[in-house]
Formats: sequence, C-alpha cells, structure tokens
Amino acid sequence: MKRADSILTWYGELTTRQQLLKRGSLLLTPGMLWLMLFLVLPSLVLVVVSVVTRGAYGQLEWVFTLENYKRLAGFTLFGWTPDYLMILWRSVVVAFFTTLVSVILSYPLCFFIAGRPEHSRYLWLTLVIIPFWTNMVIRAYAWFLILSPELPFARLAAIFGFIPDGAPLYPNAFAVYLGMVSMFLPFVTLPLYASVERLDWSLVEAAQDLYASRFRTFTQAILPQTMPGLSVGIILTFVPAMGMFVVPDLLGGAKYMLVGNLIQQQFGTSRDWPFGAAISMGLMVLTMIGLQIYRRKGKEIEVI
Amino acid sequence: MNQNQNPTTDQGLTVKHICKQFGDVIALDDVTLNVAPGEFFTLLGPSGCGKTTLLRIIAGLELADSGQVFSGGKDITRLPAIKRQVNTVFQSYALFPHLTIYENIAFGLRSRKFPDAEIKKRVNRRLEMLDLSSMAQRHPHQLSGGQKQRVALARALVNEPDVLLLDEPMSALDARLRAQVQEDLRRLQRKLGRTFILVTHDQSEALVCSDRLAVMRQGRVVQCGSPEEVYDNPTDSFVAKFLGAANLIPCTKAPGGVQTAFGFLALDKEPVWQEGTVAIRPEWIGIGDKEPERNGIRARVTEIVYRGTNFDLWLEPGPLRVRTSSYRRIDPGREVWLELASKELVILEDEAR
Repeated sequence: MKRADSILTWYGELTTRQQLLKRGSLLLTPGMLWLMLFLVLPSLVLVVVSVVTRGAYGQLEWVFTLENYKRLAGFTLFGWTPDYLMILWRSVVVAFFTTLVSVILSYPLCFFIAGRPEHSRYLWLTLVIIPFWTNMVIRAYAWFLILSPELPFARLAAIFGFIPDGAPLYPNAFAVYLGMVSMFLPFVTLPLYASVERLDWSLVEAAQDLYASRFRTFTQAILPQTMPGLSVGIILTFVPAMGMFVVPDLLGGAKYMLVGNLIQQQFGTSRDWPFGAAISMGLMVLTMIGLQIYRRKGKEIEVI
Repeated sequence: MNQNQNPTTDQGLTVKHICKQFGDVIALDDVTLNVAPGEFFTLLGPSGCGKTTLLRIIAGLELADSGQVFSGGKDITRLPAIKRQVNTVFQSYALFPHLTIYENIAFGLRSRKFPDAEIKKRVNRRLEMLDLSSMAQRHPHQLSGGQKQRVALARALVNEPDVLLLDEPMSALDARLRAQVQEDLRRLQRKLGRTFILVTHDQSEALVCSDRLAVMRQGRVVQCGSPEEVYDNPTDSFVAKFLGAANLIPCTKAPGGVQTAFGFLALDKEPVWQEGTVAIRPEWIGIGDKEPERNGIRARVTEIVYRGTNFDLWLEPGPLRVRTSSYRRIDPGREVWLELASKELVILEDEAR
C-alpha cells in the first residue's frame, strides 16, 4: 500500500500537503496566465523587435542589428549627439522631482486627514481620490484653462516677468511639473495615509521626551514608521512617471519632450518600431536601476 | 483632601492646583502634590482616575488647563517636554524599532549633541548597570519584555533626569517577573538617589516600591502618605478596598464604640458621624476557640480559599473575610470566635459627609 500523505491542519482545516499544493496552483493559474500573455510575452516581443531592422516603409525586416541601441546612445551618421540620452535623463529628473514634490506635499496632507474626526476623514480621502474619476487627458486640458493668459496665475507670472505679457503659463517645465504632481499626488497620499493613520505616537512623544529637534523627531520617530506606505507611494509614482506621455505632451510642448513621448512618436508618427522598442528597453533598464538604488538606500533606513 | 496642604516649592517636584479636562470628562480636579527630592513617589488608582494624565503633565506631553508645575523651585508649567529635565519610561516602552539598543539609549545624548566619547562612556555605564551589555547591538524586537523594560529605563536614566517618570512600566510583564522587577526598581532608585514618580494601578507594586504614595480617584487625590500610613489608616472605603483587602462594616454610633449587625464593637476613638463604616483588614482579625474579652463575634466558616502561605476564610455573619496567619485548616461549617480588636478597627470618613 502506498504511504498516505501525512495529514496536517491548515487554519483549522484538515488536509494534506499535496492537496494544498494542488489547490494553490489552481488558484494561481489564471493570474499567471494573464501575466504570461500580457506582460512576459509582449516584453519578449519587445526585446526581439528592438534588435531588428526597420524597412523603408516602416515594416519590420528580420535582420539582426544593434543599430537601434547605438542610435539611442547617440551615435548617428554625423557623429555623437546626446539628444536621446538627454530625453532619458530628463525623464529621470522629472520623475524624481515629481515623486519628491508629491512626497513633500503628501506628509502634511496625510497628517491633516489623520487628525480629522473619524467621520470626516473619509470625506477628505474621497476628495483626494476624486481626480482619479476624471480622464487623464481631460485633467491635462483643465490645466490649460487654469493656466490660460486671462486668469490670475498667468497674469501674476507675467507681472514678475517669467512669461511675456498675454502669454499662457504653458507649455513649459513648470506646467509639466504641475500636471505631473497633480496626477500622481494620490498615488503617494493614499498608501502614506495608511501608514500615518496607524502611527504609534508614543514614539514621537519618546523623541520629544529625549530632547529631539523637529527634524530628528521626523527622521527617527515618524519616517521609519511610515516607511512601508512611503515605499509603495514612491514606487507607484516614480515608475509610471518615468513613462508618462500625456501630460508632457500637452503641457510641455515639443521642447520638453520626455521618453514617453519619444516612444509614442516612434510607434506612431515615425513608424519606427525597432527604435521605439529599443527606447522602451532603455526606459525599462533605467527604471530597474532606479528601483535598485532605492532598494539599497531604503534598506539603510528600513525598519527591521 | 490630601495631606500635602502646604507643599514647598523650593525643592523637589511640586504640582499645584492642576486641573485638566478632555471634552466633558474631568481628568484632573485641583490636584496638589509635593514630591521630595530623591523620593520614590507612586500615583495609584484605577484606570481613568487621571494618574497618567498627571504624569504626562509633569513630563510636558500634556498641558494643564490651570495650575502650576514646579521642579527644583522653577516654574516649568509652560516648558515643552524637550526643555524639561524630566524623562519618561513609557508604558509600551516606545523603543525606536530601527535603532539598536545602544543607539536607543544614546538617543537623548545624541539629541543634545554630546561628544561621541562621552556618549560611549555614559551609555556603557547604563548598559552595565542594567545588565544589558550583551544586547547592545541587538534591535528591540529581539528582546524579551523584561529586557525591553530595562532598555527603556536605561534610555531615560542616561540623561540623568531630575525626575524619572514611570508610566505603568510593569503592566506588560508576567506576574513572576513583575515581583522581581519591582524590587530591582526599588533598589535602583535607592542606589541612584533620584526622584522617581511611578504610575500604577497595581497596589502591590505601590506598596513594594514607594516611599510615599497618592491614591487617586476620579481626578482627585484621595489620600497621600507612606504605604504603611495609607494601608493602616485608609481615610475612606475606596482607599481601604483599593489598597489591600478590607472588611467594611456598616454601623451606627454608640457610646464607646459602634453598633453593628452582629453586635457592639468597642472603639478606641469615637467616630464623628452617626451612621458610617468601619474597616478592618482580614489579617488583623484574631481567630480562636475561646471568647475574647472584647469585640468577640461568634461566626461560622462558610468557605475557605487556599493561598499557599495561608488560608482566607469567609465567615457568617458578615460576610467577613479573615486571613489566617498559619496553615491551620479550618473546615467550612465550624463555629469559631473572632476578635475584632478595637485598636485595629479603622473609622472611615466617607459616610460622614
């Protein structure tokens, strides 16, 4: 007789290891299939497309080449130019500052909401979420209205000489940041709020009791405790901000092109899929590097 | 009503006429206390009596609605926590989870920018004193409850505070460890000679540790004095029942004593009230087979409770609780003579109001 699989309890239920494995894999399959079909496979296709040649009419010619990556690195027929690398770098900078500003704005906002009486907290959180319910493009266009020459914001900027009289406050870097931060703020605020709401204030009091300055109280008593929410917020903001193209396209104009626009352009008007794929790979690698750096830095201050 | 009517403000820690209200709830109602330098003082009371609020006001973590706090003669009522020479051991210890034990203890010194060499010297001294040297590089989550408590103690003491505040520091420890820690804490305080103010709802903790204690109830100090004074002479039934066990006997005044449901009891001092209560501790009641000369009661044992070192007996009429001083087992149903000695009957004030 075959030796029976040993019986074990699983949260009060009697079962066997084999049965648990079977059930686990059954539950995992749909998600795994989804990821295989719509993430892993397309990524592999992207890798392949990025090393083939573009035909004269934009079709793919199955000839292996590293030309696309060379072009991305700035090597052209006429020598080296940093144009594409600049766009990549600018995307990193924009994503970084978007994340930074969102974090700086989120902290006071979270503490404000957490300090409200319980019944009105959800109202405030809803107000934070409401912009999500509106289409991204529409929100970007809304900024056009807000920044238009007739309204006080543009007038004020004109008075101080930032823009010519009668000009709108777009397209420029300022408008891009404004749009980006307003787009990504909830991505930081919501996870951070979850951490702030559960904050153990006795640590803050202990820091005060032990003569800590405001800055020291924040870094030693608040930051480590809110790290879990902050991490989620930073990743949720930084990664999509790197590839954002709607906001910079509308509010940044041609001069403030980000890598997202560049990719969109290659797959769209330029009909250069291989080069677009190569840039996508570059973006992916940069994002990975960014996350790795964050993981390393994060570990130094991470709560054990 | 407390026995500190004229606290001196030139030394030690003094709180004067402190009131504090949270919404409609009165947390503290005109509390005045004086804690002498080097004294182990305990605030004892049930939860919600305002003892922790008072501690937080002394620490500077809460602001009193009215009243003043003096330390060493200086008015510190409006001084923020970071400017007070007062440190706290928090109930949950509030150790910084991301810092090592060494860094936790060094926290206050680093805040005040002490040089590294000085920090090392002081922290190591506290680590040694509290037997934590081997844990210096660990993190709080790797420590047991008792060890965490010692770290919290070291972290506060390393700053050499004028007053050390302890907010129910033993509530998270198991009973056996608690008894040990109570004695250790007492010894430590004696050795350091610093002022300790302990908040607790545990009467045995208050009795073991304190030089003096204040029993609090509903935001007021009910009685203040040395543990012996308060235990032997509780002023009212609340104190009598909260600090130790007590038989509360309702009675009316009679010449030379009081009349109770089970007869006349002679008292050394006549009560000021007509109707009231006298208290007697279970261990003060004598038990025997012969009728005593005075204050004897014939009673029947209804229930016995074994307590290891002795028995607690419940008797009728009463019910009266008697704590025997020996292993002598008296079976339920037996009739015995009780002696409620007149000098040990405490006249309580509360029914007189």
